[in-house]
Amino acid sequence: MTQLPAAHSKADPYQIPTPTANSASKAMLLTVQQLQKDYQTRQGTFTAFTDINLQIHAGEVVCLLGASGCGKSSLLLTIAGLQSANQGEIFLQGDRLNVPHPQIGLVFQQAALLPWLTVWQNIAFGLQLKQMSQLSRSEVRSRISAAISSVHLQGFERAYPHQLSGGMAQRVALARSLARQPKLLLLDEPFSALDAITRLEMQKLLLAVIQQHHSTVLLVTHDIDEALLLGDRVLLMSRHPGRIHREWIVSQPKPRFQHAHLLTELRLEIFTELSTLISPDL
Amino acid sequence: MAQSLPATAIRPLRVPLPLWGLAIGALVWWIFTTPLWYSDPIRVDFSPERTFVALVQLLSTGAIVPHVIDSLRRVLVGLLAAIAIGVPLGILLGLSRPLDQATSALFQFIRMISPLSWMPIAVMVLGIGDLPVYFLLTIAAVWSLILNTSAGVAAVDRRWLLLSKSLCATQWETISRVIIPAIIPHLLTGVRLAIGIIWIVLVPAEMLGVSAGLGYYILDTRDRLAYSELMAVILIIGTIGYCLDTSLRVAYRRWAHQR
Ligand SMILES: Nc1ncnc2c1ncn2[C@@H]1O[C@H](COP(=O)(O)OP(=O)(O)O)[C@@H](O)[C@H]1O
Ligand SMILES: [Mg+2]
Repeated sequence: MTQLPAAHSKADPYQIPTPTANSASKAMLLTVQQLQKDYQTRQGTFTAFTDINLQIHAGEVVCLLGASGCGKSSLLLTIAGLQSANQGEIFLQGDRLNVPHPQIGLVFQQAALLPWLTVWQNIAFGLQLKQMSQLSRSEVRSRISAAISSVHLQGFERAYPHQLSGGMAQRVALARSLARQPKLLLLDEPFSALDAITRLEMQKLLLAVIQQHHSTVLLVTHDIDEALLLGDRVLLMSRHPGRIHREWIVSQPKPRFQHAHLLTELRLEIFTELSTLISPDL
Repeated sequence: MAQSLPATAIRPLRVPLPLWGLAIGALVWWIFTTPLWYSDPIRVDFSPERTFVALVQLLSTGAIVPHVIDSLRRVLVGLLAAIAIGVPLGILLGLSRPLDQATSALFQFIRMISPLSWMPIAVMVLGIGDLPVYFLLTIAAVWSLILNTSAGVAAVDRRWLLLSKSLCATQWETISRVIIPAIIPHLLTGVRLAIGIIWIVLVPAEMLGVSAGLGYYILDTRDRLAYSELMAVILIIGTIGYCLDTSLRVAYRRWAHQR
């Protein structure tokens, strides 16, 4: 395989038909329509992103790529229901979303572990809330141990967050989300605070976790390689305000770590697009 | 060569600095009161020698024990009442900016009134006995708890709140499982300050028509002209206060280390 027939691009994302909340969009796990978020600042109204249309199938891994400050985190927080949109709508399997949904898991750039709880207790935290009260004790326990083993943290159940490395802390955060068995996993630059080698390790681990759990993932990143290694689709975001500028489908089978050279052409294309996007005149 | 000796070489001979301070304090006390060169009977009654004898007597007969227990009971009741009022109020103020702003001037105003100025009012309203003492101790201690708690809530990591919200936690779950554990260090600081204030206010408050307690005992020794006993009680008051403060400092450090 020397060619890359797998990768093709849609030059104009605006021609994607606008979905409506009908039966067709119910087949989608996540549908985002015409979403816009404005922040009120001292300088006036600032639009973080606008005109966002997005559809994610169950089992798909979509990577949202963009320069920092282009509104990726804002978009993710809005989809997670942590802040309200100024325009547009979000549907999870056809149901409108505007508050946090228990079936959506969120992992931040920082692990945000509670320092007074052990690894085990941190993961249990998300399962012991009233929201999850239908779970029996034994089910909670088995879910936690399953989550711990899928992020390879056996033996660290009783460790406290300050005893963990950055990568391990991020794995706990991932396990905390996984244990709730979310339909959709939102990851906001989960590995960008880690060193290159740990990051690669974590990307491999995430890929294994995604395949094991058949997760649907929306991964925000500013790392082209991460997007190419993990994504089924790569969305490139422009800024001021943030919009989805272009989309590529990466259909090369995963894992792609051993065959990264097959991605060079696509990588260059995205790179060129990104660099014209951030400074079109230079 | 003396100057080339490393500093650690002479360490084992050193007395810890805090002990030096105590020793010098005791020495000054002794110099100004000792019967060795003073003959004034009242002055020498305050001397370390006489105080020590009185202290041994107080402790061996157990005469002081009920007074210590009474005082500690009042400290405990005052502290618990101050916690019961101050912590929920502090959490409320920390969570609600408008409420915090609405009450800040009022609270700063009341806080600046010496708790002892409430004494006449306390007696008028609550009569004589334990109740006005509890009231004075509570009102003296509640401010440090309110202020430390609300400062603690304001300093809770925003990411933890965001996390809690993203996990669909209820308001109460966020308070009980994120905010309260997160503010424990602030709470311990507040409790420590509160105990310090309570212990200081306790003695004058116990001069308020109660018939037991360390403050009462001070007045009693004065009336009996038993000055060496008075000094012994002062030593006991200082020691207990020091121990209370130290135990809270240790608790604070334990908690801070654990994280
Ligand atoms: N709460 C907020 N209030 C005002 N401006 C914000 C807020 N959050 C983010 N922004 C602004 O919105 C823009 C996008 O931020 P963000 O979504 O964090 O970008 P990214 O995650 O892509 O780096 C930035 O310019 C940022 O300053
Ligand atoms: Mg971001």
